[in-house]
Amino acid sequence: MKWFKKKKKNNKPFKKDEITRGLLVFAHPTTVISVEELLRDEGYEIRVVSPPPEYRTGCDLSVEFPLEAEAAITELLHNVNMVPLDVVPITSKGMEPLQFIRSKDYGDYLMVRAANMKITVDKRTKEIVNISGGGCPDVPYLATAMIGKRLRDAPDPAEIAFSLCAYSLNTAKEELVKMIGD
Amino acid sequence: MLLLTGSVPVDGLPLLTGEIGINASGITIDGKPLAINRGCEAMMKAAFLICRELGADSPHGLVAGDIGKRDGSEKVYHHLIDNLGSMEVDILTFHYMMPDLKLNKLVLATVDTMARRPVLIADAGSMYVAKAGGDATAYDVFTPDLGEAAFLADDKADHPTYTRGFIFHMEHDVPELIRRAYAAGNAPPSMFVKGRIDYVCQDGEIVDTIDEPMVETMEPIGGTGDLITGMISGLIHAGRTPLEACRIAGRVNRRAGELTRPTPATQVEEILEHIPQALEEVLQRLETVR
Repeated sequence: MKWFKKKKKNNKPFKKDEITRGLLVFAHPTTVISVEELLRDEGYEIRVVSPPPEYRTGCDLSVEFPLEAEAAITELLHNVNMVPLDVVPITSKGMEPLQFIRSKDYGDYLMVRAANMKITVDKRTKEIVNISGGGCPDVPYLATAMIGKRLRDAPDPAEIAFSLCAYSLNTAKEELVKMIGD
Repeated sequence: MLLLTGSVPVDGLPLLTGEIGINASGITIDGKPLAINRGCEAMMKAAFLICRELGADSPHGLVAGDIGKRDGSEKVYHHLIDNLGSMEVDILTFHYMMPDLKLNKLVLATVDTMARRPVLIADAGSMYVAKAGGDATAYDVFTPDLGEAAFLADDKADHPTYTRGFIFHMEHDVPELIRRAYAAGNAPPSMFVKGRIDYVCQDGEIVDTIDEPMVETMEPIGGTGDLITGMISGLIHAGRTPLEACRIAGRVNRRAGELTRPTPATQVEEILEHIPQALEEVLQRLETVR
């Protein structure tokens, strides 16, 4: 009876030269927005991903980068005061944030949704009238800071907040500005 | 005691705990005023109104200021870990909190030491951390919206932002999301899924749907889901089962929204004002149906 014979596990450890990607771990997901922009502008091939389990608290985002560029990237980040909490080599792929954007027109109002976050503006005045969705503590804080302000005057979630919900709301606000201006 | 916990968006506000009351501009906890700004305050006022209308004791609140820096959430987690074992809590609602897998597991371990296990309700960040930690079945009620239902249905994601696209796009097939969430052990016995159609679920089955009145402009309004969580908490405190509470709260929320005649710019406190009337009407209607 070999039906239930266990498949042999491949217990071979990764060889050092097989590890080609590293991970920059930061304290807050929104820090990653600035780091992502900076490293892409510098031409690095990066991905924004979830960190490995040992670094997870439940609301995390990190940057996957080519390990060969570690020295240059860490120096660059030090120079702009965006020092990562940790830099680790990785052997598995992290999950990427959901890239989902949808809009809904309510006549005088337009709602844009990015992942689980929604932002609604009055198209006539470009004033933010509502923010909904999300569950991290900075969502009510962002609502207080942004509702009642024109898009161009409202703070960017990436600048004043910290969570993955703020990361998604930032995406929604950027999309809204692309659609109707600020 | 009904204990409602979470964070409020006031940077540096120390831990605040005590009986919830209301005043002209919002709520009070232990006599200290907090403005209504959706989130926990809206949830707490909704629970307060339900308790008041049904003659139940006022709920208690436990909050600390947190604008996403984790500080206030950690104070609430630690207070629960240190004190819950000796508190007489019958219903415990967890709301806007920065997800912290380790601290949340310690809170649940403390719940296990209580002489009588309270009814556990979670929404927002507290629901995210419950699911991410594989602890959903330790709770009694979740109140996800559609995006959060997709997150519960995805056994790989540990935050709604990481829900995989092929699951997120199943939002048109809510029963399938619900089936996946229960099959993966990511849903508690009772679940209220908020959406264009609300789904009331019990032990893996959809037992009720609510689609009237249909108020299209409710979706953009921040905080309507918070009202449902608060009302479910209050209704259970007033003696309803979790399933009955979900059925009533969903109908009251829609009727209160309709009474408000909302636009996409309406704020949640305007809807809150109509909860007492909506509750009376819904209870009368359900009584007549019986």
